Amino acid sequence: MREVALDVRGTNVRMFEAGTGPTVLVLHGIDGLAVDPLLSELAKSFRVVAPELPGFTRSPIPDWMMGVSDAAFFTLDLIAALGLPQVHLAGHSIGGWIAAEVAIRSTHALASLSLLAPAGVMPREAPKQDVFLLSGEEGVRALFHDHALADQEIAGRAGDPLDIMLQNRAGLARLAWSPRMASVTLPRWLHRIDIPTFLAWGEEDRILPFSNHEIFAREIAGAKFLALPACGHAIPQERGADVARAMGAFMNGAR
Amino acid sequence: MKVYFFHLMPYGDLDIAEADKHNSAWVTIPNTNFDPQKGMKLYNRYIGELELGDQLGFDGVCVNEHHQTAYGLMPAPNLIAAALARSTKQAKICILGRALPLVNNPVMIAEEFAMLDHMSGGRIITGFVRGIGSEYFSNSVNPTFSHERFYEAHELIIKAWTDPGPFSYQGKHYQFDYVNLWPRPVQTPHPPVWIPSQGSMETIVWCAAAERKYTYLQTFSPYPVAVKAFNAYREEARKNGYEAQPSQMGWAVPTYVAETDEIARRELKDHIEVFFNKFLRFPSIEMRLPPGYSSISSTKSLMEMKFKNRTSSTIDTLIDNGMILVGSPETVRARIEHCQKEMGFGHLMAMLQIATMPADMTERNIRLFAAEVMPHLQGAVKPQLRAIA
Repeated sequence: MREVALDVRGTNVRMFEAGTGPTVLVLHGIDGLAVDPLLSELAKSFRVVAPELPGFTRSPIPDWMMGVSDAAFFTLDLIAALGLPQVHLAGHSIGGWIAAEVAIRSTHALASLSLLAPAGVMPREAPKQDVFLLSGEEGVRALFHDHALADQEIAGRAGDPLDIMLQNRAGLARLAWSPRMASVTLPRWLHRIDIPTFLAWGEEDRILPFSNHEIFAREIAGAKFLALPACGHAIPQERGADVARAMGAFMNGAR
Repeated sequence: MKVYFFHLMPYGDLDIAEADKHNSAWVTIPNTNFDPQKGMKLYNRYIGELELGDQLGFDGVCVNEHHQTAYGLMPAPNLIAAALARSTKQAKICILGRALPLVNNPVMIAEEFAMLDHMSGGRIITGFVRGIGSEYFSNSVNPTFSHERFYEAHELIIKAWTDPGPFSYQGKHYQFDYVNLWPRPVQTPHPPVWIPSQGSMETIVWCAAAERKYTYLQTFSPYPVAVKAFNAYREEARKNGYEAQPSQMGWAVPTYVAETDEIARRELKDHIEVFFNKFLRFPSIEMRLPPGYSSISSTKSLMEMKFKNRTSSTIDTLIDNGMILVGSPETVRARIEHCQKEMGFGHLMAMLQIATMPADMTERNIRLFAAEVMPHLQGAVKPQLRAIA
């Protein structure tokens, strides 16, 4: 993956880019931008573009970013700045919520939509974890079903500067503090999504309950749903390669 | 020096063994641990203690705001202030303070304070704070907007008190087409504004600005931190072209006096240790420091500080750190005089009821402090001696 930068109407956006073929724009989850098995596998058959969302990782929160609506309009500007007639849009967790908010506004520039355990709807049952009360290791463990992968992730992050973790928390809080990780209005507008949509959810997700998938599957006409047994919230790390292949087949069919 | 009686109104009947199960006295400790029959007695007892403070000649009595916690039972401190407005006669009534970013209508805070100003005959001192980290969990307000909302709400409240109405206010977080306070406050140009803090440099700089000169209150902190904060205030004032007066600085400190040093330490020990170790306990650093509540650099230094100070407090470490005042009246008086010389404050806010301290012990503390310590302090600071290099 190479790191590139793009100016989006005055906001400098860091992005990872790799591969050739049709472009997939992937919006990262709650822990910001990092290379993971999902991106690597997708890059084998697509041109992957993964931007660092404003407010996350190494990007301070811009003054204009008041909530998810701004993040969605910003993403539409970003797609325009890429200069392509159409992209496949994908997102995990908070990134999935933003992707859905993009698609209810306009699908004009979207070839397909892939939502991996997206935030954005109120759970029927209270989530098992308050994502903003989790600390350090405990916070990583809550994302994974597989303990060995959680250990690996903890070891991998050991050297990360504290600044990056704190920036990811702040960026997430700006978008998803209240209501927690959810929107009151999104379900009302999901019916507007009129492009091929792929949806995947980990059956053991402790951050956003598996049952949340029902609302997306019901409201988005023709959505293809993939349930992931023995998988937690961290789909890109736990089942990244499998999900990338399923997404790839789906996106190829959608062209 | 002016001397005040500061009360947190804690849930003094907290079952500590139960609280230990939840590892928290804030937000997540179930309110089944609160017994309303005991609560009713506590409120009336605590209000009575502040009324006694008025009768004994304290310059002011102080209340404050906290939410969903055994640490303090005043989510709406203006209600207590309203009761005190009628039942006290001479003391200032200090509300230290209201948490501005937590509300969606700051004009209502301006209105309530204006009402209190009338009801008390112009005796109120107002305080503005951001609310502590856990209060962003208990009030659902986005912590990443905390600073912006504080500054904007402050501006709106001062305008509401001073600009002729009706006027319109259009901010990023607050928009009002009509701001037109009935009643306007009694005190001119508006009631005094004091700012409690634990030493945030950003707060100190903001307080000391020439257009504000707000009184800065250093709350419950180690001695060197307090000295550093007051020095920073004076330095900031000089940068702004004026000398900070003692009346611009206040020190809030848990205080206990008894016949001898030995008796005082023995009697206070359990209550002060419960205060710092149990009533100030949070389930995680994340609850104290929610995302975006402070800048990333100050969050990092606060995290490092809290991790370092993880060991529990004992009365000896608290005395050594200069966090508390305890001893015979002579000892406490001498200590306050020493601290005043070193820190240069003009207001002392003594917290005389502490955590689980029962009524009889609290009353003895209030009476002994008022009789043997306070008279030596009130009026003891000469203006020309106040400036400290």
